[in-house]
Amino acid sequence: MNAPMSFEGAARPAGTRERLVVIGNGMAGCRAVEEILARDPARYAVTIFGAEPRVNYNRIMLSPVLAGEKTFDDIVINTAAWYQDNGIALVAGDPVVAIDREKQVVIAQSGRSEPYDRLLIATGSDPFIIPVPGHDLAGVVTFRDLDDVERMLAAAEKGAPDGGKGRAVVIGGGLLGLEAAHGLSLRGMQVTVVHLMPTLMERQLDEAAGWLLKAELERRGQTILTGGDTGEILGEGGHVTAVRLKDGRELPADIVVMAVGIRPATGLAKAAGLDVERGILVDDHMVTSDPAVLAVGECVQHRGACYGLVAPLWDMCRALADHATGAPSGYAGSVTSTKLKVSGIDLFSAGDFSGGDGAEDIVMRDAARGVYKRVVVKENRLVGAVLYGDTADGSWYFDLLKKGEDISDIREALIFGQAFASGGALADPNAAVAALSDDAEICGCNGVSKGAIVQTIREGACSLDAVRSQCKASASCGSCTGLVESLLALTLGDDVQSGPKSVCKCTSFTHDDVRRLIVEKELRAIPQILQELHWTTPDGCASCRPALNYYLLCAWPGEYEDDQKSRFVNERMHANIQKDGTYSVVPRMWGGITSPKDLRAIADVVEKYDAPMVKVTGGQRLDIFGIRKEDLPAVWADLNAAGMVSGHAYGKSLRTVKTCVGSEWCRFGTQDSTGLGVKIERMTWGSWMPHKFKIAVSGCPRNCAEATIKDFGVVCVDSGYELHVGGNGGIKVRATDLLCKVATEAEAMDVCAAFIQLYREQAHYLERTAPWIERVGLDHVKAGLFDTPDAVTRLAARFRHSQQFMQDDPWAKRAAGEDAELHQHLAEVRPLEFVS
Amino acid sequence: MIGNWLDIGPVDQIAPGNARTLPVRGGAEIAVFHTLDGNFYALVNACPHKQGPLSQGIVHGTVVTCPLHNWNISLKTGEALGDDKGCVPTIPLKVDAGRIYLLREAVVGRRAA
Ligand code: SRM
Ligand SMILES: Cc1cc2nc3c(=O)[nH]c(=O)nc-3n(C[C@H](O)[C@H](O)[C@H](O)COP(=O)(O)OP(=O)(O)OC[C@H]3O[C@@H](n4cnc5c(N)ncnc54)[C@H](O)[C@@H]3O)c2cc1C
Ligand code: SF4
Ligand code: FES
Repeated sequence: MNAPMSFEGAARPAGTRERLVVIGNGMAGCRAVEEILARDPARYAVTIFGAEPRVNYNRIMLSPVLAGEKTFDDIVINTAAWYQDNGIALVAGDPVVAIDREKQVVIAQSGRSEPYDRLLIATGSDPFIIPVPGHDLAGVVTFRDLDDVERMLAAAEKGAPDGGKGRAVVIGGGLLGLEAAHGLSLRGMQVTVVHLMPTLMERQLDEAAGWLLKAELERRGQTILTGGDTGEILGEGGHVTAVRLKDGRELPADIVVMAVGIRPATGLAKAAGLDVERGILVDDHMVTSDPAVLAVGECVQHRGACYGLVAPLWDMCRALADHATGAPSGYAGSVTSTKLKVSGIDLFSAGDFSGGDGAEDIVMRDAARGVYKRVVVKENRLVGAVLYGDTADGSWYFDLLKKGEDISDIREALIFGQAFASGGALADPNAAVAALSDDAEICGCNGVSKGAIVQTIREGACSLDAVRSQCKASASCGSCTGLVESLLALTLGDDVQSGPKSVCKCTSFTHDDVRRLIVEKELRAIPQILQELHWTTPDGCASCRPALNYYLLCAWPGEYEDDQKSRFVNERMHANIQKDGTYSVVPRMWGGITSPKDLRAIADVVEKYDAPMVKVTGGQRLDIFGIRKEDLPAVWADLNAAGMVSGHAYGKSLRTVKTCVGSEWCRFGTQDSTGLGVKIERMTWGSWMPHKFKIAVSGCPRNCAEATIKDFGVVCVDSGYELHVGGNGGIKVRATDLLCKVATEAEAMDVCAAFIQLYREQAHYLERTAPWIERVGLDHVKAGLFDTPDAVTRLAARFRHSQQFMQDDPWAKRAAGEDAELHQHLAEVRPLEFVS
Repeated sequence: MIGNWLDIGPVDQIAPGNARTLPVRGGAEIAVFHTLDGNFYALVNACPHKQGPLSQGIVHGTVVTCPLHNWNISLKTGEALGDDKGCVPTIPLKVDAGRIYLLREAVVGRRAA
């Protein structure tokens, strides 16, 4: 502990001035004093108490100090000479421990007491420490002052006990945590960030920007664990050794930085009897409930708001000084903006970007430059902005936002930034494109100039698609799509033809484009697709998210982690929602065969959970109706215990394999249709597909299993198996097409697997086999399967590979407690009159 | 806003993009949503169309798509968007120091239909 140091100001004609005592030698406290001095240097005799044993410095620059980009001397705001020259007494390293409002004195730790006429509390905030076991071990630090930085630097210097790189775990992926992580990693530590929420800096960034940030930090070698909940900090000999997450993962650590949030430092004020809620309550002149006591900075609560950034403090300090020098102006609250101080990462956010009613999102993504920009406009005013990768216009947007300026005139060009929007004629993006010279390169991927594109359009390409196929412009990454569209509009006016339907209104890409690009560009997550393919909405919609989730699952089996929030309710709950909000449960009955044990288990569930109905479905199995979402896991546990798994009656996936009795019993049966049906169902269950998929196996051409209206149908004949595809018995009945005839069961199974895989890889999401085949033609399907000799083998192998990861019963996981929150209420509210 | 606020627990109980439910004895069940932007909203858990459980819909932006017939409902106003007409009551909600609060009067004052 450093000894208290103090130096009195030089000439101070005591007695003539009011005595102003300031508690807190931080950013707000000193700024307030500076503002007062600027207005009336002779009014107060000032004494400042600071808990830290040093002069006032720029706290926000601790991050660059940690990163080695600045030294402490660089960040000092007021040197010792400043205090002296202005006649200020600084008592540093001696925190105030009590305020006696009656006598108007403050008492410091050393016992020193100081009378005041006016008191200013500027104690800032305390870092919040999660009270997990081990939080008090040596090596667990916060990130608030220079001492914390020194502790981190010492840990980085020391390295790991085995002499290797030191390991740091930073708990909290907000602004402070990420700046700490960045500094420590520049100092040579191996850094893991543990963040509770699924995206980083979730309070400042939307999902898209949070994802870009995560990807960049990972590229730089940090490990980012989102959705990580700290359970315990482990230690040895009183020093931290590891962090254990609630899911059991253990992260070795030589230092742990807790950066999970701050709390206004209100202890002193509360003990002195001032009005305190979350912060010390102040009015518009920064006066507390005691007129002699002012408060400013992070420790205050003004009109319900507490702030954690410096910009609002500057505004508060101005109002405070105006009041303290007899010219009250008033503080009306601040709009804040955030920037992350990590070198090489440009990130800015301000205002409210939650979108919603009347609010309109304008999104611009430039994947080649790694740029994501989103501005939110409401009633012709800018209300929010998130910028990643290019923040040059941050202050311009922030200014528009704070002033609430009407932006209708620059609306079209707003997203392109100040240079464009204030360029008069250029405010119209079409005009900006028109102004480009003919040799300006539009499509960087394929090197196509504006002149070449216009030429192509004049020669008859009158849609985006035609331009793409005839001169390759915008055919690769697509980032110039907007420019090409402008050229079409400029050249053809109203004669531009719209191309094939896009996935949804969030993009101009078609399903085929998206599927192709996912594979070509190795896109592996939904936010990555949205960024790389320039989605025009921040997080997609209810149409594209499920489609993208499926395309990723299909493209990267075993690697892609299913995104539950992009799934329709039935697939999230693994049961079918009913009109009254309850669910129906259909266990698998392989090939339609059941047993006394299965039937008994089903009967027991019906009785135990009071299911109002159990019904034989059109798919040869039993459907239990009216199960509440809370009871689903228990129902599944009971069915699992009897050996039954999910029937996926709810999924864009394999539904049923309907069979007839076949050669085993039927006098006409030619092959074992029941046995083959069971084998096929065992091979195909669990697979996710573009739409639902139904199979049937009939033992002879009488076709009792209705195989010729199924997605894949087998009709057994004396000489083997006729394989049929593309049938549908639903809204629009379509009989199957005969695909081929094979001699053995094994071949039938291979063709079935190959056909499903071809459908999985090529069809559009929500397109069943019948419309798919109508669209692409049976010949296309036959060519895909039979034109190259081993196509069936390769497709079937890909299907079986992906099935390795799909065939785990989703019910078993839920019954074991996974995603329990999906089935539980938050709580139940029981108003008093209902408590008996 | 003045009134009694009901503390319904920490924000991390609801993952972004998800919703959870709060049954009310003698009243209408409430759905509490967490959007991908990190904001929270509460609505009566019944679609204005045919009372579909909105808590089970896909959340995008500040809109939830009803799981029964795909109406899009604004989380901010409870209003049906697009060509559909109807409105579900919203429940005033605030987040303070990592906890979610609902306006008590709006929660218990509402009788089930
Ligand atoms: C339960 C069942 C009716 C019954 O009581 O028998 C049923 C029930 C539903 N069917 Fe079906 N279909 C059922 C067999 C069928 C059949 C017959 C069959 O599979 O042999 C067909 C016609 C065959 C076909 O699909 O080609 C059938 C064609 C449809 C369609 C139209 C599909 C089409 O492509 O045209 C829909 C709507 C859709 O999927 O978009 C549909 C949708 C539905 C939904 C999922 C409606 C919905 O979205 O909520 C119903 C769910 C009720 C529930 O909670 O379980 N159901 N549905 C049958 C379950 C079979 C099973 O064991 O899994
Ligand atoms: C690493 C880091 C990076 C940051 N980056 C940014 C950024 O990029 N942008 C931004 O806007 N903001 C940033 N901030 C936040 C910004 O630093 C704070 O908002 C600002 O410092 C608050 O000023 P304050 O005077 O209220 O509190 P402080 O600056 O914390 O000052 C309070 C002072 O009071 C002292 N004190 C407390 N109790 C007593 C007592 N009883 N007696 C005597 N003294 C006492 C404390 O020791 C402290 O020195 C960052 C903060 C940190 C820690
Ligand atoms: S036919 Fe219509 S009403 Fe009957 S189960 Fe199928 S979807 Fe429902
Ligand atoms: S009940 Fe919600 S859309 Fe029909």
